[in-house]
Amino acid sequence: MTAALLEVEGISKSFPGVRALHEVQFSLHSGEVLVLVGENGAGKSTLMKILSGIYQRDTGSIRVDGQEVEIPGPAAAQALGISIIHQEMNLMPDLSVAQNIYIGREPRKGPFLDERGLNRKAQQLLDDLGIKLDAKQRVGDLTVAKQQMVEIAKALSFDARVLIMDEPTSALTDTEVETLIGLIESLKAKGTGIVYISHRMEELKRLADRVTVLRDGEYIGTLERDEIDVPTIIEMMVGRHLDEGARPKASEHLRDEVVLRVTGLSTRQLLRDVSFELHRGEILGFAGLMGAGRTETARAIIGADPRSAGTIEVNGKQVSIKQPADAVRHGIGYLSEDRKRLGLMLEQSVTFNTALASMGTFTGPLGVVQQGKARTTAERYVKDLRTRTPSTEQVVKLLSGGNQQKVVIAKWLARDCDILIFDEPTRGIDVGAKEEIYRLLQKLAAEGKSIIVISSELPEVLRLAHRIVVMANGRVTGTLANEDASQAKIMEFATHLVADEQGAA
Amino acid sequence: MSQTTQSPADAPSDEAVAKERGARAALWRKGLQQGLAFGTLVVLLLFFSIASNNFFTWSNISGILLATAVIGILALGTTFVITTGGIDLSIGTGMTLAAVMTGIVAVNLGLPLIFGVLAGIATGALMGLINGINVAYLKLPPFIATLAMMMVAQGLALVISGVRPIYFSGVPGFKDIALGTLIPSLPNAVLIMFILAAVAYFLLSKTVFGRYTVAIGSNEEATRLSGVNTNRWLVTIYTVAGVFTGIAGVVLAARLDSAQPQLGVGYELQAIAAVIIGGTSLLGGRGSIVGTLIGALIMSVLINGLRIMSIQTEWQNVVVGVVIAIAVFADSLRNRRGL
Repeated sequence: MTAALLEVEGISKSFPGVRALHEVQFSLHSGEVLVLVGENGAGKSTLMKILSGIYQRDTGSIRVDGQEVEIPGPAAAQALGISIIHQEMNLMPDLSVAQNIYIGREPRKGPFLDERGLNRKAQQLLDDLGIKLDAKQRVGDLTVAKQQMVEIAKALSFDARVLIMDEPTSALTDTEVETLIGLIESLKAKGTGIVYISHRMEELKRLADRVTVLRDGEYIGTLERDEIDVPTIIEMMVGRHLDEGARPKASEHLRDEVVLRVTGLSTRQLLRDVSFELHRGEILGFAGLMGAGRTETARAIIGADPRSAGTIEVNGKQVSIKQPADAVRHGIGYLSEDRKRLGLMLEQSVTFNTALASMGTFTGPLGVVQQGKARTTAERYVKDLRTRTPSTEQVVKLLSGGNQQKVVIAKWLARDCDILIFDEPTRGIDVGAKEEIYRLLQKLAAEGKSIIVISSELPEVLRLAHRIVVMANGRVTGTLANEDASQAKIMEFATHLVADEQGAA
Repeated sequence: MSQTTQSPADAPSDEAVAKERGARAALWRKGLQQGLAFGTLVVLLLFFSIASNNFFTWSNISGILLATAVIGILALGTTFVITTGGIDLSIGTGMTLAAVMTGIVAVNLGLPLIFGVLAGIATGALMGLINGINVAYLKLPPFIATLAMMMVAQGLALVISGVRPIYFSGVPGFKDIALGTLIPSLPNAVLIMFILAAVAYFLLSKTVFGRYTVAIGSNEEATRLSGVNTNRWLVTIYTVAGVFTGIAGVVLAARLDSAQPQLGVGYELQAIAAVIIGGTSLLGGRGSIVGTLIGALIMSVLINGLRIMSIQTEWQNVVVGVVIAIAVFADSLRNRRGL
């Protein structure tokens, strides 16, 4: 057998106080797709950063074509034919598509840039790859999905022999995922080796020639093509059996009392006549593809974005919500998907964050903050929500994703919010901790809170929601009771395959 | 309707819409960036021409251009730094130090004039180099790194000159650098500014240097991950800005026929204001040399026009302040629409 295209062995890497990788190995042959899976924090990204020259390993060896190599920097990785598409966007929004793709390798005419040659080269590349983009467009004006395609084109422009893709489809629509899979197939045929990092089991089943599993920075094992089986992989990933939990039934939970009624909600940009009801004690799921208008609906309800039409009733009374502060006053709390930027003060303590939205409650005469009272409240929520933190004075930054989410929840509970809108509540949270968040949301609902969950993960919606509202192109295309719903059915509504009622009328 | 499928037929129309939206956004941005500044300049020229008979005369216009030269040259250099998302506060006093060094070499040491000029430019380059190293390698925030350099340069200028002006009266031809007229009735200082503007324009829009300046300001980490040695380019960018500072120092000294060690503080803010008025984003990633030139002209036209209308100096400051606020507001408007 010939030497593997890329082979890593015994790789360890520690950061101060954290052992990120311990004796990790994998091998990649040309013309195959190796899918690398593991929970968040399993060490996948660290490993990829070592291969792309951003981090240096502590121990271990990297071999390309059987030759031991060093990768001291990004340029060295490129020279070895190793290209990486990073998980977070790594583009210059102010430059054009062509300028982004060939950054660092601009064609020149004497001392000057050869802009025309650059554009021609980039357009050729895009056309060859079947990516429908104008090379001269400014990247900042593109949609996230299109930007992702630029990233891919850029990585491929290096004539990479090893292509590493870190969750490349997280922002893509189904059609674009198909385009990408087509690309991967043609690259395989040309002999490129591909390391594909993904959480999506669907893609894994379609793409993987082999699967390597990491957990807590350690190598767990590799499955050959005929051994690939989703439950096995999940068990290897989490190292414990997952509690699937029974799906909730709408008929059992639905109470008559409507706490939030939205009628005819529209915005200038996207939303058209969005209507739904939220009952007391209900978890209402919002499903749909990227850009369907789910987050926009939430933002329009809480007054973060202007509405062009529509009414909102809370507990049967029509209310006027012009800004988020009005929403909070009516007991509606919105928990953004971007916790770190919009939900928390990372440098501040658990107590500080818990009390932040309800400072009035913790302020004595003369505007003095009653620190003790705030702490008592924070301690109560830490206990109620089972937040794992050494103390309420711990800085939030040091908590895990799941526990950070609990602090955000505590913040809104402390504010007496009865209606909680969660946008991607488990994004960036480990598989194990997700289940805990699910149970917490169910407990809150059982206690009489009303909850909206916006989620892109269909299993999550089915696991949580009593009823499911499906959106597409800014409209509600269907509302399903959990017992009537399936992933396929939701996708039908989400992709507009079901006849649009408005269109038919 | 045929909207019931997600067939590929949808894709091109989607494409076209996105493309059109992108093109419109780009046009809007470009239009606002250059158009607003240019329109403001034209309006100001018209307004002052109508308000005062003495305004639109060649002697006054050439006076305005001469008054713009020093700030303009400083602003051109610092446009690069601001486009990276940085800032350079040391250009005002740095310019003074460069002027003093020119004086020391050409007057006190009595060396030929060319050495004096080179000493001034080299002083600017050296300060830029140190700024760049502090920012890129020592990771000082640009504001702090260049604030420190601003104070060091101010102190050194005073120490080296002994807190006394250095007069170039014994150096024949020196003041011609600024006041001579290679092109009839156009002061050389203005000519130098326009030549440097052309150079800066080519640097920013046609060379790799300019490309990386924009890339770093747009997303420094992404640029680094693309295999570009961003630290080395940052040092280069600050050094180039320093060269412009040095040239500004020589031109200023030539115009005054002396090196005034007490001068310089405040020039940096005027230059930065000119850059911002011209549409370069303080957040980085977007720079315009033409805009900077227009921005510098707007500042001088405003001050000159107000002066001709006999408005007190104190009120001139108020007006300039308001103009800067409006310019930055336009910048934020652009950011809200774009991206």
